Amino acid sequence: MRFDLNDEQRAIKDAIREVCDARASRGEGAETDGAFWSELAKSGWTQMAVPQEFGGQGSGLLELSLVLEEMGRALVGGAYLGHAAAAVLIAASGDEQQRPRWLPGLATADGRAALGQAHNGGALLVDASGAALAVIAGPETAAVLDPVPGALNEAASLDVTRTLHRVESAGAERLRGDVDRGLDRAEVLLAAELVGVAQRAMELAVEHASNRQQFGRPIGAYQAVSHRCADMLVQVESARSAVLSAAWTADHEPEQLPFAASVAKVTAASAAWQVAAASLQVHGGMGFTWEYPIHRYLRRAAAGARLLRSVDHHLDRIADQNGLGAEAVAAGAVQPAYAVP
Amino acid sequence: MDLTLSPEELRFRDEIRAWLDQNHPGPAPQDTEQNFDFRLAWQRTLHEAGYAGIAWPREYGGRGATLVEQAIFNEEMVRARAPAPANILGLIMGGPVVMAHGTDDQKRRFLARILSGDELWCQGFSEPDAGSDLASVRTRAERAEGGWRISGQKVWTSYAHRAKWCMLLARSSDGARYRNLTYFICDMRQDGVTVRPLRQITGESEFNEIFFDGAFVPDENVIGSVDDGWNIALATLMFERPGLGAASALAIRLQLGELAGLIRQNGLDDDASVRRRFARLVVETETIRLNGYRGLARAGEGVPGPEGSIVKIQWASLNQAMTELAFDVQGGAALESDSTWAYRLLRARANSIEGGTSEIQRNILAERVLQLPRLR
Repeated sequence: MRFDLNDEQRAIKDAIREVCDARASRGEGAETDGAFWSELAKSGWTQMAVPQEFGGQGSGLLELSLVLEEMGRALVGGAYLGHAAAAVLIAASGDEQQRPRWLPGLATADGRAALGQAHNGGALLVDASGAALAVIAGPETAAVLDPVPGALNEAASLDVTRTLHRVESAGAERLRGDVDRGLDRAEVLLAAELVGVAQRAMELAVEHASNRQQFGRPIGAYQAVSHRCADMLVQVESARSAVLSAAWTADHEPEQLPFAASVAKVTAASAAWQVAAASLQVHGGMGFTWEYPIHRYLRRAAAGARLLRSVDHHLDRIADQNGLGAEAVAAGAVQPAYAVP
Repeated sequence: MDLTLSPEELRFRDEIRAWLDQNHPGPAPQDTEQNFDFRLAWQRTLHEAGYAGIAWPREYGGRGATLVEQAIFNEEMVRARAPAPANILGLIMGGPVVMAHGTDDQKRRFLARILSGDELWCQGFSEPDAGSDLASVRTRAERAEGGWRISGQKVWTSYAHRAKWCMLLARSSDGARYRNLTYFICDMRQDGVTVRPLRQITGESEFNEIFFDGAFVPDENVIGSVDDGWNIALATLMFERPGLGAASALAIRLQLGELAGLIRQNGLDDDASVRRRFARLVVETETIRLNGYRGLARAGEGVPGPEGSIVKIQWASLNQAMTELAFDVQGGAALESDSTWAYRLLRARANSIEGGTSEIQRNILAERVLQLPRLR
């Protein structure tokens, strides 16, 4: 039992943080994420999610989660998440014909995939400009839209760090393998990104609370503020523990993944929203201005929580898995009361 | 990262599990005093098997278990619903403080009897006017022939009427704050020590008040240096049992199993709001378990750091939320006060106060982990 990263995993985290920091220091935002994608592809980051047999690096979900957390922290646009999520979905949920058809393309710089959400009979695609194909997820389905239509119908995106497009999904081809498995794996990556969002929102709050003076003191000296920050730490660390555990579970004990993935999504989605909202409060009026970045984290948190399956969907599944489901009771899956001799 | 038990850890777990299977003492008596005797007998059983001092180094008669092994041991104890040993304060605080700060003579006199349960320990830190602000204790220690005379009042002391020794923090000089306290080991069996039980909101008496009226402590029972008691007390409070996170999560998980049964009995297993409240509790329980194990990795071979406060805050509010849900799903039956869940509902209110309030835990996280400025 060793719940910590090894040297190689730490090196991945450091390396991708450096890449993200360099992007930030160039002052780049969502509008240049196309160029950033090419940079990531050139250094091999975009091949991590594709299995080796299809020309990718076949990285573990744990390694991918470390990358996604840093991407979330830096609020990098959704192209990387969408691509990685699409790759793990096709790899885990595609059948014998589907995997070799799409995965080799995803290992190339031109083969960018986007993630989409089934909506009102069609789909909303996230950061789909320039994507070759998209994987559209519903609560119990996943389908590949290939190709993504050239002329996309742009929608106003709540998450201003990402673009959103409406498409007809009638032509999408359903993934025919174990869809839950792919959705759970993609959910872990999304949750990892949300941990990064929460982490950075907390850092901004702590920084502000340490510097902002009112009544002759830094506001972080007041417990009404410092306790709010302490609660952020509890949420961020819990979500990080849940995501690391779920990612490791996906790689090593996949039969336990349904519970671990649900715990990861619920904790990360709650942490991202609540920490971003609390951070905005700590920033006071300044946090409510467009120029200040905290609303971007808040928007990312709100939108991210609603990608893939909803928090309520996961809570219902957790209830079913833990003694409140009809099948669980019949199968005796209720936590046994240990016999006392 | 590897979240499975290593072959050695698995062997250790199986050993503990098999031993508990063979040696479990059976259901605990309800009566408080009988329950204490039952736990004292249990400690002797543990001691004979070499498990009383699982976390203690081998040179002091312990098992020298790793942090992960300690966590496994605590989890297995909970899983088997085994009672806590009677001398728990001696095992997790008294012994470690003597090992860290005591003289060789003190180690010889105290340690073996803590392990065997022959001498029970209690803790005299809190006072009516010194709770979270522990450094402002007023109990006085006056110089006397060959030692010290103690006068004052302590409160919230568990097991005081059964204890032989009290870990006592008292004001030994008029020096500066944090430099005016001494850590004593005070004999509870003497004139000048009066113990009075406190009745708590559950109706039972787990805690006591102690009145010291000129009680004597010989010089050889001072731990560390005179006037250095604050630093030693702080170190004592850090000797939280490692792996407590995982074990307390498991304890709650077992109760969540009971709660699922209660929800089904009351026909609410299809109620969306009950299901989601229940699922949130399951999620929180799992994150406590994971935070607990992750904290062990961060602590390495040293003493667990301030991150332990995360688990303490979570556990207190989780246990309170769980007992509230159990209360809410019972309908009219909840009005009767003699049920297990009614007891738990009331007892859980202490969780965010005992062992450092949730507010103090948040101060620790804010100041020591997030490095926010201090108000004081």
